Amino acid sequence: MPDLIEAFHTALRLIATLDPGLIEIVVLSLQVSLLAVILASLIGFPLGGALAVYRFPGRGAVTAILNALMGLPPVVAGLAIYLLLSNAGPLGVLQLLYTPTAMIAAQMLLVVPIVGALTRQYCEDLLEEYDEQLRSLGASPREVTATLLWDGRYRLLTAVLAGFGRAIAEVGAVMIVGGNIDHVTRTMTTAIALETSKGNIALALALGLVLLATAFAVNGALMGVRRFALRLAYA
Amino acid sequence: MLDPTSPPDLSNASVDGASPPLPLELRGLVYETGGKRLIDNIDARIEERGITVIMGPNGAGKSVLLRLMHGLIPPSRGEILWAGRRADRELARRQAMVFQKPVLLRRSAAGNIWHALGLRGIDWSERPARVEEALRLAGLERLAAVPARTLSGGEQQRLCLVRALSLEPEILFLDEPTASLDPASTLLIERLLIKAQRQGIKVIVVTHDVGQARRLAQDVIFLHHGRVIEHGPAKVFFDQPRSEAGRAFIAGGLVL
Repeated sequence: MPDLIEAFHTALRLIATLDPGLIEIVVLSLQVSLLAVILASLIGFPLGGALAVYRFPGRGAVTAILNALMGLPPVVAGLAIYLLLSNAGPLGVLQLLYTPTAMIAAQMLLVVPIVGALTRQYCEDLLEEYDEQLRSLGASPREVTATLLWDGRYRLLTAVLAGFGRAIAEVGAVMIVGGNIDHVTRTMTTAIALETSKGNIALALALGLVLLATAFAVNGALMGVRRFALRLAYA
Repeated sequence: MLDPTSPPDLSNASVDGASPPLPLELRGLVYETGGKRLIDNIDARIEERGITVIMGPNGAGKSVLLRLMHGLIPPSRGEILWAGRRADRELARRQAMVFQKPVLLRRSAAGNIWHALGLRGIDWSERPARVEEALRLAGLERLAAVPARTLSGGEQQRLCLVRALSLEPEILFLDEPTASLDPASTLLIERLLIKAQRQGIKVIVVTHDVGQARRLAQDVIFLHHGRVIEHGPAKVFFDQPRSEAGRAFIAGGLVL
């Protein structure tokens, strides 16, 4: 027990003194997850919007797959990207395995279904309300999609935050394709896993606290966005 | 009554060279859904004069008929002809519709009009003036930047109406536009409709409010069970209704 208390004190000191080793890991984690979420949103928004508006054969199947992939286990996403990027894989020549780029790709694979499926759901709800009015105004399917995405902007922002919450907290995908290499691909989650098994509880605890604070911040932002949107009747 | 005080604005590019889209003819119009016949073999001819009011009890098929005419739903059988021509995209762009429940985008009041103009392909340079004019018409100039969905019910419906008018339609459809509004808001809407009609816009409005029909209509179509029971000048319909259902409806009785 005294060990634990001491570890806790060390953890707080690491955070309070902005320990360079800690900061490096935190910054890399945020960079990887933020980029992954931004890129995933660029794919997920139009994908979800189009799925809500366009009617084509196989639409139901695509929607079902997208919904199912929301629960894709991070290790499976990591494995898929690993196979793609490994020397024997189709993209092996790029030599991207064990780089932050590979980690971004793996987290994108996790986040695209989340952003895409939530976007589709939001847009479909909105379309129910707007359909006749937009058709009366003569909007083309592309214009309808664009209108829905813009009008759903606050709800889409909550989808992005949900995706970020998922990306920043996952460990399996970045562990497999990143390899937890010190100064290169070590993120908060992989470092916690490693340092805990090494017995370096203080650093693990410090990173855990930062991760927890991130989760709180994301949730706070979610609630803030919702409240703001409700006040404008934009929800 | 027959002659609008000012002709429709023919400077609009989409109107150039096009034939006037009236009379509107409905031929053997049938609409069935889910095994129910909502519109039952309607023949009618709506001329280019005044405001046409479509009346009838709930479930008579008024809203369905309006949607058929506007092209939002396709008829099961029969034809809809605009000056002898089947509806197409070009004709649809000369129409606008206001729905019973105001459908407003999650944008400002001005943004709603701006977006509608954009969807109709109105040039950027022309939009600010049209937006301003529409807001002025609705008396909403000072609420231009306010989120549209936070406006009051009356303001929302006025915004929907001037948004439709900003498109400079030749035909304006309205589906019970004042059904949930108070008398003051209703009056403002009706004034705008009369003004629009005087500017040469053909107004076709669905209502089950007999008072409103008396105030607005020059031409009445009385629907019951998906059929046209009576169609003629408002004066004739209100003074000497030919049908039992029509008489009961005007008297405020229950029409079954």
